[in-house]
Amino acid sequence: MAELFAKLDALPVTLKHLLLGLLPGATPEWLVAVVSAVLSITPILAVFPLMFALTTVIERKGLGRIQNRIGPNRVGIPLTDIRLFGFGQFIADGIKSLIKEDVVPRAADKVVHFLAPIALLIPVLLTYSVLPFGKNMVPLDLPQTGLLFFFAVGASTELSVFMAGWSSRNKYSLLGAMRAIAQMVSYEIPLILSALTVVMIAGTLSLPGIVESQTELKFGFLYTWHLFTPWGLVGFFLFLTAAAAEANRTPFDLPEAESEIIAGYFTEYSGFKFAIFFLAEYLGLFAMCGLGITLFLGGWLPPVKLAPFTWVPSWCWFLGKLSALIVLFIWLRGTLPRLRTDQLMGFAWKFLLPMTLINLVVAALWHLSANSIPLVARWPLCFAMLAIPYWLLGRGFEAKFTKREYRFAN
Amino acid sequence: MTLPFAIIAGLTVGSAVAAMSLRNMVHCALSLVLTFAGLAGLYLQLNAEFVGLTQILVYVGAVSILIVFAILLTRSTEPKDEPSTVTPWVGISVAVGAFLTMALAVLASPVGKRIAAPAPEVSVKTLGQKLMTDYVLPLEVMALLLTAAMLGAVIIAMREKEGK
Amino acid sequence: MSPLWCYLTVSALLFCIGLAGALTRRNAIMVLIGIELMLNSANLNFIAFWRFSETPETQTGLMFALFSIAIAAAEAAVGLALIITIYRHFRTANVDKVEEMKG
Repeated sequence: MAELFAKLDALPVTLKHLLLGLLPGATPEWLVAVVSAVLSITPILAVFPLMFALTTVIERKGLGRIQNRIGPNRVGIPLTDIRLFGFGQFIADGIKSLIKEDVVPRAADKVVHFLAPIALLIPVLLTYSVLPFGKNMVPLDLPQTGLLFFFAVGASTELSVFMAGWSSRNKYSLLGAMRAIAQMVSYEIPLILSALTVVMIAGTLSLPGIVESQTELKFGFLYTWHLFTPWGLVGFFLFLTAAAAEANRTPFDLPEAESEIIAGYFTEYSGFKFAIFFLAEYLGLFAMCGLGITLFLGGWLPPVKLAPFTWVPSWCWFLGKLSALIVLFIWLRGTLPRLRTDQLMGFAWKFLLPMTLINLVVAALWHLSANSIPLVARWPLCFAMLAIPYWLLGRGFEAKFTKREYRFAN
Repeated sequence: MTLPFAIIAGLTVGSAVAAMSLRNMVHCALSLVLTFAGLAGLYLQLNAEFVGLTQILVYVGAVSILIVFAILLTRSTEPKDEPSTVTPWVGISVAVGAFLTMALAVLASPVGKRIAAPAPEVSVKTLGQKLMTDYVLPLEVMALLLTAAMLGAVIIAMREKEGK
Repeated sequence: MSPLWCYLTVSALLFCIGLAGALTRRNAIMVLIGIELMLNSANLNFIAFWRFSETPETQTGLMFALFSIAIAAAEAAVGLALIITIYRHFRTANVDKVEEMKG
């Protein structure tokens, strides 16, 4: 029984080796490398855009429910009466964006305008190459610099945003790009610092290595996810906040606040190029969630090492956790209002940055006091060291409402 | 000379020429980013993974953003058709002279013929340990410098208060 | 792998392109871009010499390149802040027009 599940777990890897074995023996080495790379890339290019397509439908339906609407429920399988609760909507949307006219403003800088969506999508797709999707399932294993690769490639999306905003020759585009860049630069620091705690504890920049560091067992069955430590718990939420800002998700969606600046930096994009921006944005969010899962939520590990949980293949755990985080983001989008620009910047520099720095110190303390203080005392101590600054720093952000006076109504 | 090296080097040098010769300054900045990325590719080819990715993180992610922001903040009132230089030939001949000198020196030197040894074992761990032991003084000086530069940049660029 | 002279030539080319730009362009930002190019070509030299050295395990070249990247970042920040201030004061970023100190 257990063997069968192990086989199911390794199914993608075995399939790849099987396909590689089909190559004739005389194939040159570089061709084998290319085929191997293509075989690793194809599933990523198939799974995540499909996930994006489904997410758009789920998001519209979910937001509809939150706002007391029904949401899309008409389109099903084309040419039949089967409606599938509206889950065929993404096909209709895709066809629509493909056949729409591609409008380029006359004043636009044509070359840069054309290159911007491509320059945005490529780095976003590159970030997927270092994420471990399952046991032995990492497309590009960089044992020395995996996490650095993720952040380095992720940082280059800012420039594509600038290219899109500047080349459109539209003030809303430029304003949106400026907002987006300021936001991404500011939130990148808390993002990297909160991920750094895990690197410090795990002692490696390799993402599979970080997952390995969470495989120890506590009480004989509970995996030591970094989430289950005080610094990991706080770090995860700091990471998630910064990730939401990096991916321009509500409540940090100022760069594309439709009530203020139309659609931000991609105002002047239509048709398929707009779809590429949309795709890149969601893929960026998924990649951030995948990194958060790898760093804090045990990657492809199940929560406990007990029979029914270990039967599920590792890649199913990863995709399941990813879906849960996506649903969380949709829920947040339906719940929270948008911030103001000064609130956004203040939050990054006055709250997130000090908290991540304190978290770094607490993680070091947690690591160093592993043998000297028992767990029962260590947990509350470290947690208090984080909760008190949270309370102190958070006080400045409470809304300063005074009792409203009605001068003429009384 | 191998093919990957030729491609990356050609891209780097070509985009560097574009970065220094295009008229539109935003285009210059974008070509400069390509140069930085090409240099990072060369570092990766030289087995300096960590430095190569740091180069992308710092230059493509931060310095280029600074440059385009500065271009946007200082450009609006510049006349469009102003010649970008008065007498370019002096500068260009100085640069060509410098290149010829360096190229001759490189080609004549026996060091240039050196073939790479097998890839050295570099781990980020030893790099970090070196930073914390042998290079701790430069590291601290660097921290001080970065703090001073940050404060300095903020103070310089801060708008002067009215009536001061 | 290519021999050392390939890397050194590319580095020399980049340095001279940067030098030519810094000497001929009149916009202060373009001058700064030229200087950045020259710094980067020096970094390439450090990495190349490290890779081709007899004792690469000392990692001196890597260290130097890392420090130099950090310094270049600080230099860019301060330099651009200066340029913005100059622009605010003189309403131009052309280095030839900023000549108030000239006797």
